[in-house]
Amino acid sequence: MADTAAGATTEPGQADPSRRDFIHIAAIAAGAGGAAALVWPFIDQMNPSADTLALASVEFDLTKVAEGQQVTIKWRGKPLFVRNRTQREIDAAVKDDGASLPDPQTDAQRHKDGKAQWMVLVGSCTHLGCVPTFGGGDYGGWFCPCHGSHYDTSGRIRKGPAPKNLVVPEYEFLSDTKVKIG
Amino acid sequence: MSGHSTYEPKTPVTRWLDSRLPIIRLGYDSFIDYPTPRNLNYWWTFGAILSVCLVSQIITGVILVMHYNPSAAGAFASVEHIMRDVNYGWLIRYMHANGASMFFIAVYIHMLRGLYYGSYKAPREVLWILGCIIYLLMMATGFMGYVLPWGQMSFHGAVVITNLLGAFPIVGELITTLLWGGFAVDNPTLNRFFALHYLLPFMIAGVVVLHIWALHVAGQNNPMGVEPKSKADTVPFTPYATVKDAFGVSVFLILFAIFIFYMPNALGHADNYIPANPLVTPAHIVPEWYYLPFYAILRAVPDKLGGVLAMFGAIGVLFALPWLDTSKVRSMRYRPMAKMYFAILLVVCIILGFCGAKLPDDHVIPHLTTFRLIDADLNSFVWLSRFATLYYFGFFLVILPVLGLVEKPLPVPETIASPALSHPASAPDGAVAAPEMKG
Repeated sequence: MADTAAGATTEPGQADPSRRDFIHIAAIAAGAGGAAALVWPFIDQMNPSADTLALASVEFDLTKVAEGQQVTIKWRGKPLFVRNRTQREIDAAVKDDGASLPDPQTDAQRHKDGKAQWMVLVGSCTHLGCVPTFGGGDYGGWFCPCHGSHYDTSGRIRKGPAPKNLVVPEYEFLSDTKVKIG
Repeated sequence: MSGHSTYEPKTPVTRWLDSRLPIIRLGYDSFIDYPTPRNLNYWWTFGAILSVCLVSQIITGVILVMHYNPSAAGAFASVEHIMRDVNYGWLIRYMHANGASMFFIAVYIHMLRGLYYGSYKAPREVLWILGCIIYLLMMATGFMGYVLPWGQMSFHGAVVITNLLGAFPIVGELITTLLWGGFAVDNPTLNRFFALHYLLPFMIAGVVVLHIWALHVAGQNNPMGVEPKSKADTVPFTPYATVKDAFGVSVFLILFAIFIFYMPNALGHADNYIPANPLVTPAHIVPEWYYLPFYAILRAVPDKLGGVLAMFGAIGVLFALPWLDTSKVRSMRYRPMAKMYFAILLVVCIILGFCGAKLPDDHVIPHLTTFRLIDADLNSFVWLSRFATLYYFGFFLVILPVLGLVEKPLPVPETIASPALSHPASAPDGAVAAPEMKG
């Protein structure tokens, strides 16, 4: 220790190179670590804020929707389709379970058990987020006019540029006539 | 290029300043004494026009912000307030909205000029790349600015464009949520777009400074694509380029004024005067005209990720242009074949823009359905965009590299001045050998 210290004071240019390197590396590492840690708050502030997340679920009374009807409600800034399907639409969807689908899913996977008439879908085309209209298209389901995506009566993508089926959000039946979405 | 400075401060104040901050010297060397190729045509005046556009957009933009309310609840109404209640608000908003279109007209001409005369070739690669960066920043700025009025087209345009990033596997969803600041395009999205729309023009101004710096190091290209070799090849920037640019800018301002005063909404979409409604999509979402060719390329690819990559690739390929063109001759004036393919590219870009404005499945030639091939209807805008997209990429990735090797260019003059000096009879009146010697 004493030698090193004496050497450092008499010949500054000859200071222990390994000790100097260590200080450099430690300082750079501390700086880089600090900067990296600071990056996250600057990115994460862009994610949904607490008040946005707090308003993320809604309750809906199903008695408002007659058979064959669809009601659109606003959920998380997007349209949400609650559709009361007719038996014909359910049959058409089940019949196509075996067809070749871009995003394979059976009709049963897209509704709650024993509630085949209720389709709850995020009304946002999985291509680029336009709002599909019910009743158009080649499969009797939804049709996105913007870029021509055809969905069937189960909301599955059948034709067009969209890569995925219409999203089924998380929801649960609070009673026979009431659902909580989100 | 500019070489040794000839500036001599004449007053005590400029002498005092010159030895402390030689800013007047910089201006003198860059914009007065700076040697300019003597054969520049009017395609070269768009640099000056673009500077005017940028300044105009920043000034009108800063004023609009003083009256605008960046919130989902207030944005649309505040724009109407600007139009109806603010003194001259209509003028300033129309200047800003149409100014964006003028900016893009000028930048497209500026880019095509560079493409035709080989302005991207050595030693101007960095200059070209800086230009491409400016163009990208302009596109981002223009898009975010279009969202701010929070009309139907604004809102759903933002939905479509931000959803593009959702195409990327795994991280796509996370990125879109991050962009939106919520579950959909909403108030937080508008707020951040507003902040960035205010910031980006200043970043553009910064890159423009680098662009001009690089221009002044490498020197301006010219229609012959031959580097100036002696003083006879150049004229001083002032008064020759200054006066010419002033005239070019004046003519451009007349066009600008025609749009502002006689057809201020011609380039916008009527649906943007409907307040944003997240529950209803306009039947046909179209971007502003200056993005239509890229929108057509996006829709030409029948796959979401593929479409997004093709669209970004269409701009990305411009960055590689200096290394894709293998020709030893710079200006297409001496490249008969390149000239032809360039003309086709120009037409193809216009076709792409046209396709971008149409519904993909509509017929190009109405009432004609005979162009069916297997399962494809070739008489549709989606197929027309596919062929055009193919040519667009083919031009940059195949034609330019191959053409440089196989094409036999016309003889290129030795110097800029030599054709004028060797054929004085063919030169127009007033085209004297050394105009800088006059007066």
